[in-house]
Amino acid sequence: MTAVLIPIAALAASLALFGAFVALVGVDPLEVYRLMYAGAFGSWFSWQNTLTRAAPLILTALCTALPAQLGLVVIGGEGALVLGALAAAATGLALEGAPAPVVVPAMGLASMAAGALLIGGAGALRHGRGVNETISSLLLAYIAIAVLNHMVEGPLKDPASLNKPSTAPLAEDYTIGTLPGMDVHWGLVVGVVCALSAWVLMRRTTFGFAARVVGGNPRAARMAGLPVGRLLIVTTALAGAMAGLAGMIEVAAVHGRANAAVVAGYGSTGILVAFLARQNPLAVIPVAILFGGICASGGLLQRRLGLPDASVLVFQGIIFVVLLASEALHGRLPLPRLAKQPPAAQPTEA
Amino acid sequence: MDETALGWWGVPLAVLAGAIRVSTPFLFVSLGECLTEKSGRINLGLEGTLVMGAMSGYAVAYGTGSPWAGVLAAGVAGTAFGILHAAICSLERVNDIAVGIALMLLGTGLAFFLGKPYIQPQAPQLPSIDFGWWSASAQVRSALQVNALFLIGAALAPLLVWGLRSTRWGMVLRIVGESAEAARAMGYPVNRVRLFATAAGGFLAGVGGSFLSLHYPGSWNERLSSGQGITAVALVIFARWDPVLCFWASLLFGGAGALGPALQAVGVTQGYYLFNAAPYVLTLAIMIATSSARHRLAGAPAELSVTR
Repeated sequence: MTAVLIPIAALAASLALFGAFVALVGVDPLEVYRLMYAGAFGSWFSWQNTLTRAAPLILTALCTALPAQLGLVVIGGEGALVLGALAAAATGLALEGAPAPVVVPAMGLASMAAGALLIGGAGALRHGRGVNETISSLLLAYIAIAVLNHMVEGPLKDPASLNKPSTAPLAEDYTIGTLPGMDVHWGLVVGVVCALSAWVLMRRTTFGFAARVVGGNPRAARMAGLPVGRLLIVTTALAGAMAGLAGMIEVAAVHGRANAAVVAGYGSTGILVAFLARQNPLAVIPVAILFGGICASGGLLQRRLGLPDASVLVFQGIIFVVLLASEALHGRLPLPRLAKQPPAAQPTEA
Repeated sequence: MDETALGWWGVPLAVLAGAIRVSTPFLFVSLGECLTEKSGRINLGLEGTLVMGAMSGYAVAYGTGSPWAGVLAAGVAGTAFGILHAAICSLERVNDIAVGIALMLLGTGLAFFLGKPYIQPQAPQLPSIDFGWWSASAQVRSALQVNALFLIGAALAPLLVWGLRSTRWGMVLRIVGESAEAARAMGYPVNRVRLFATAAGGFLAGVGGSFLSLHYPGSWNERLSSGQGITAVALVIFARWDPVLCFWASLLFGGAGALGPALQAVGVTQGYYLFNAAPYVLTLAIMIATSSARHRLAGAPAELSVTR
């Protein structure tokens, strides 16, 4: 109960703080709220825009939420997405001419492998060498972005892309289409399926149980004979595969090619989504839709009120800070206990 | 600035010059982070503080016409972020790493938001001291234009070593970082000590940010900092929480960061982006080489969560 109420209260408080902030720079906060709602959920058009952005957010949030079950803080989702995008585009271009039912899954697999390699690498370094996974995953993300820039300006550059270096466009057959009856691509379904599978894996299988034991108390897990290293590496690799897949979706459904446009901040927003969802893969879905909406409304704020595009970033930063401060409230509120059974054990550190 | 006149010899010279020029933000952020970590807390948000410092320093220098006022403003902005970090961390059950990530996002967002009007105008720059007057070569002279902030940072490093080792303040800070329980038992206010350490760390990181916008590269834009803050945090681990080692490590990282532009200047444009990633690769390699899965790092404050 409080697990839902406190994040919602934190969101409301952040909304108020953000309103105060825009009021300070001379913009009417009520107008900002109205436009945010209009741009995110106000019309069918906004909804489609929101859902399109929610798809990669679900996947990058899983990149943080899955390792969190083991008590790890992974923040390299952006890097996995970028490498996934690059791998997907490279695969699609290399296999040009082959039938789409072969190529599209191959692109997906390539992107997942690339992401898994990156974040799984951070996990392996954590296990094998004790390297802090938060710092290493972020460093790997910077390296991944450099690799993308190198490839699209060098070996994979399409000579026709002059002022915006890109790979050659993918063949029409290899792009991902939209869901029937709406202008939202299939990536949303992929994201939801991944989130559901992640939830089942973590809450309904022995693997997930073992992973959560490691998250609760690594030493006890080791004493109990759990394969801590394997759990760690497999989970981080899976997490990276999710974010890598987000990169493939961005390439195959939105951009049609790989270029610097895939570095759109889905990684950092995904971290926030995971924290707001309290690292629960199921809760990631609605929270990702909410943040898809916030990101979607950024354009409207920019056009109508002349607010900088960074407004969305400021709002996200405020939410993140308030949310973490609200962590201290968990278990403190004098709310009536609805459930009779004792609350499930929660790891104290996210 | 025409490195081609020296041919390939321009590369080591440019790397050396770059080591001095590029290292300054690394130096300030790592000294600040070193102080904070000595108190037993890690502030990953210094990446955001750096960008915030760069923006506010530039804005104030532009507004007042004095670059040093900008440096001070950057420090104040950094202090504010440090206090925010410490205040949230002092609440119960709040993870300092997560707060750092949040402040990274908030600092970057605020800096981009408030810095929009300052992308165009040119603010006054920090003065440099000319150590290359003896040389006839323009390259050598420009390489030895050493900025005043670098010298301040270089002087600060041994001062911090002395302060941490020999003053009462330094002792209290280290006790808090080694064992909060022992410090509490001795009657020291753990959270307040950490607040001061994080605020001071934020001040230094903010000053480091002002160097980016007020000297090199010397203007404010949204691509100014890309990971220098987080690299500097990792650098502290490499430097074993020793401010003087932080100084040498910063020079090393500065040199790595200058490699890409130096090679580009002599006509090696292939792999420009890869060379720009050199500091990250170097950081990662160093972290892999110096970490250990089995025992704690030598010199690590025992309360620090990242090395546990």
